[in-house]
Amino acid sequence: MQANTRAIYMLPYYVWIVLFVVAPVVLVAYYSFFDVDGNLTLQNYRTFFTPVYMQMTLSSFWYAFLVTLFSLLIAYPAAYLLTRTKHRQLWILLIILPTWINLLLKTYAFIGIFGTYGPVNALLGAIGIGEQQLLFNAFSFVFVSVYIFVPFMILPIYNALEELNPTLISAARDLGASGWTTFRRVIFPLTLSGVKSGCMAVFIPSLSLFMITRLIAGNKVITLGTAIEQHFLVTQDWGMGSTVAVVLIIAMAVLMLLTGGFGQEVRHGK
Amino acid sequence: MGNKNKWGNLYLVLVFAVLYAPILYLMYYSFNSAGNMHEFEGFTWQWYGEVFQDTRLMIILINTLVIALLSSAIATIIGIIGALAIDRIQRRRLKDAVLSLNNVLIVSPDVIIGASFLILFTIVGIKLGFASVLISHIAFSIPITVLMILPRLQEMSPTLVDAARDLGASRRDVLARVILPFIKQGIFAGFFMAFTYSLDDFAVTFFVTGNGYSTLSVEIYSRARQGVALSINALSTLIFLFTTALVVGYYMINRRAQTRTRRSEPAAEMGVPR
Repeated sequence: MQANTRAIYMLPYYVWIVLFVVAPVVLVAYYSFFDVDGNLTLQNYRTFFTPVYMQMTLSSFWYAFLVTLFSLLIAYPAAYLLTRTKHRQLWILLIILPTWINLLLKTYAFIGIFGTYGPVNALLGAIGIGEQQLLFNAFSFVFVSVYIFVPFMILPIYNALEELNPTLISAARDLGASGWTTFRRVIFPLTLSGVKSGCMAVFIPSLSLFMITRLIAGNKVITLGTAIEQHFLVTQDWGMGSTVAVVLIIAMAVLMLLTGGFGQEVRHGK
Repeated sequence: MGNKNKWGNLYLVLVFAVLYAPILYLMYYSFNSAGNMHEFEGFTWQWYGEVFQDTRLMIILINTLVIALLSSAIATIIGIIGALAIDRIQRRRLKDAVLSLNNVLIVSPDVIIGASFLILFTIVGIKLGFASVLISHIAFSIPITVLMILPRLQEMSPTLVDAARDLGASRRDVLARVILPFIKQGIFAGFFMAFTYSLDDFAVTFFVTGNGYSTLSVEIYSRARQGVALSINALSTLIFLFTTALVVGYYMINRRAQTRTRRSEPAAEMGVPR
């Protein structure tokens, strides 16, 4: 067939790439050089490197790190145990199911659960610790984020463990390795790819969760995502918002390079 | 060993309990006549009645479904084209480059997608509302449909197409009678994923809806910001049941189709990172 007819029917896809993949990134980069009044300036970047923004960036990364760490600590054993169950398919489906429930509904549930009169506080009161302010602080942000991301950490690790050849574990045990040594020297290194893609699938979205910070953390935690939302939709300072977005894009790219390229991580944390 | 198993099972039970607790908690209080989420007074259908009488909410629900159906249908069509385009590229590096571009929207944080689309629509002059939401949903659904269809396409033996051509099939026939039926399952999976992405999306939609146009998640967000309202609980119960039916139905159909072809892998089919 003629090369040009081919090109024509493939046009919609390539148009999509240009308009919705390339152009948005270019536009964000372009807008980051303008101030509120539309003047070309480097002021946004200067503002970004002031202590206020630097601290916000650092704390955003710190919280994302915490969320990723706790997700991993909870998910790894869970994934490992899941590979050992009967009816694995069913259990994995049950892990996947909550991820299909709207993120906002799950977040909203925690307003009730962590509320002053909620069940967690009732429990704390009953065992003598007393009522605590659980909502509107860093704790609730990390807890709810981990809650939301754990399935996305479990799945890639589970898949990596599934692919692991069981004879390797038997061999390690036969050669006298203890359970812990087998895990540390054989199982964990061989499932590292799953751990990596799980961490990627958690870390990047945690940098940009603005709805959880708004609903649960009561603006006590400000992530890069919160800052972008604030600049775009509240203060209408698109230039500054774009600057933060550029920083987030660069951070993302660096992380991808460090962890070995573009995976096919699934989108989540919507 | 038995003891170890017991602890393991206990841990799993705990993980599942925590995973489902908030959802069940929401559902339980949707029947609470006291109107709050901490003291169960008595059973009532009141909040469900409220959901169905809320015309604004019903309009939003219809909006959400219309957007989801339209955007996933269009995204699937462009996704098929994209998968065919990528499959046809011979040079390995070019193929990888296009695939990387394809995946950009999958790995980007929603806030950035939302903000950059907002800039784009403003520059091009598209009014924020139905059109902007529809276009963005199509845009962020395309890459996942491509990723669902491409593997099926690559499984297909090229001799199949050659044979059809040799037997005198036109280019169009080859596409309609050979390629599309072969990749049907991927197309179906892509459509389903796009549909649920669209239903679920909050962050991107939040950026590109203007005043007056709203989808379910944007509405839930603005209501939740005002505090606890049990009509949200009732609504979420309905959504949960709907989603469960959708996922289970999809899983069953898929499984039936797959028992004929290969071992079923729900994780892979659902676009989960592997």
